[in-house]
Amino acid sequence: MAHATGIKYLKEKSLPLMWCPGCGNGIVLGALVRAFEELGLKKHETVVVTGIGCWGKADDYLLTNALHTTHGRALAFATGIKAYQPGLNVVVLMGDGDGVTIGGNHFLHAARRNIDLTAVVVNNYNYGMTGGQVSGTTPAEHYTTTTVYGNPERELDPCAVAAAAGANYVARGTAYHGWELKEMIKEAITKKGFSLVEVASPCPTHYGRYNEMKTALAMLRWLKEKAVPLKTYEQLEEPEKEGCFPVGRLVSRDAPDFNARY
Amino acid sequence: MPQQPRLLQGNQAIVEGALYAGARFYAGYPITPSSEIAEECARLLPRVGGVYLQMEDEIASIAAVIGASLAGAKAFTATSGPGFSLMQENLGLAVMGEVPCVIINVQRSGPSTGLATKPAQADVMQLRWGRHGDQCLIALSPASVKECFYLTVTAFNFAEKYRVPVVIGADEIVAHMRENFTVPAPGEVEVIERKKPTGPPENYLPFAPEEDGIAPLAAYGSPYIFHLTSSMHGPDGYSNNDPANAAWRVAQLHRKIERYRDEIVLTQSFEAEEAEVLIITFGATTRAARAAAKQARARGIKAGVLQLVTLWPFPDKEVAALGERANTVIVPEMNYAGQVAGEVQRVLGPAKDLRRVNKYNGEVLTPAEILQAMA
Repeated sequence: MAHATGIKYLKEKSLPLMWCPGCGNGIVLGALVRAFEELGLKKHETVVVTGIGCWGKADDYLLTNALHTTHGRALAFATGIKAYQPGLNVVVLMGDGDGVTIGGNHFLHAARRNIDLTAVVVNNYNYGMTGGQVSGTTPAEHYTTTTVYGNPERELDPCAVAAAAGANYVARGTAYHGWELKEMIKEAITKKGFSLVEVASPCPTHYGRYNEMKTALAMLRWLKEKAVPLKTYEQLEEPEKEGCFPVGRLVSRDAPDFNARY
Repeated sequence: MPQQPRLLQGNQAIVEGALYAGARFYAGYPITPSSEIAEECARLLPRVGGVYLQMEDEIASIAAVIGASLAGAKAFTATSGPGFSLMQENLGLAVMGEVPCVIINVQRSGPSTGLATKPAQADVMQLRWGRHGDQCLIALSPASVKECFYLTVTAFNFAEKYRVPVVIGADEIVAHMRENFTVPAPGEVEVIERKKPTGPPENYLPFAPEEDGIAPLAAYGSPYIFHLTSSMHGPDGYSNNDPANAAWRVAQLHRKIERYRDEIVLTQSFEAEEAEVLIITFGATTRAARAAAKQARARGIKAGVLQLVTLWPFPDKEVAALGERANTVIVPEMNYAGQVAGEVQRVLGPAKDLRRVNKYNGEVLTPAEILQAMA
């Protein structure tokens, strides 16, 4: 069987991608359209809702329905679409600044409402599009253009927040693990209720440059070494967990979604 | 079954008007003095197969309304001044994306939390200029329970016909006032549906106006796949940075409203044609103005009232036609700066004898206060 390329969902005229060399967004976009193809999603029954930021530009390359919204509010727009037309596949693409920093309130309540949306949050640990400022997920002590003495604040864990707020499906992947990422996106779309796929993704242009990972390769190596499958991660001693993060399916449950309860 | 008269609150009449117009989606966040609209929607929308959503804030409310509208719903929300401020960014998207939707702003006394249960008419400029960037929309202002109903139907009609957000700038007085009203039978009042695309789906251009100046709008889920973006876009809805396209697009957003200006601008005159003293008014203050004019006429003063039903686009032509004929123009309004008076002065010129009557203590303007200005 030929592998899915997802090409039929891509607006080839708009290629090449606008993202920086070494950015993870292209890999995530590839996983997304391959997931669409493998699930057989129809373009006219699929709406991709995007926020503002580097990853929020992804809709420029897609041939499905799309709604490119305002900064932080994509989930709220998507909620209106899904609540009125429950039959549509609604996929929401946001970055960490967009999805869980300025958009934190909507993130919390979309998960609480358990509305059948799939959020793909590409976490590159900084505001890439505006030049590398600190975001809500920038790790403590790390450097950005607005934390030049190290981040005095602590980072938010989007997966833990979504799980606590009531999401039916929570998974974390990385841009290094493309195949696994595609499988997670498929599970997330298939799952009823609110689904989050957080994608740890390289930004060598900004985040990597300020945090001793100047090259795309260094950032990918970081993802490869520090992303630990959940089961392995749970068996690590506390000191070994330092700098690592669990990946894989973190939550999967079947609480009734918003449309089922309405 | 013939329609029965009911004692309805303005806020209820707004919901009746929305349902009559075919609204099937409401998303909102509670705020005095608009909350009865949310409560009525929560009660009535599920009965007609519609959706009521209480969102986490007003930002999300207008976002959900825009999303639902693009999924094919006639959709609306209601709020008051502070919530309307929170909606402004996404309302900009609705203008840019030409998304039909209706927003009710039941004005209360501010600034900030102010006198949260008291009336005001101080959002006139917020209605028009609250957003960022080059944009315009339509704003209407009801003066009675009956007008709350009819103007809500009109608001949906304008929104659907011109692909533009329409705001109803109501006030606490009309919203909470109760009057006898009979909801008209279905079919009695015109209800307009948005223009849908025809022809091959692959040729659909969601931002290419047809001869009437308006582009057809598909719904997500139909065979007509479409892109809509808050960014500057070409006829296909994809981002487009070309300066010529940007200039054309910004102008188009204004021109479609200018073109239909005469249909959109609604006014009512009460013995205004021969008036030597013309009271120009809007919203609940219209009631005091009409009483004042009546009392003035009883004293032999030729007084009349021009009610601005449409606030934006501003009724320049109508104000000029009647205002130029009158010796004196009085503009009573429940705000300090004279937000409408300033517009009237712009239209009639600095030489005009224009008298402002401003009240901003949370109390209603009385006929006596308007009469005083005639002295």
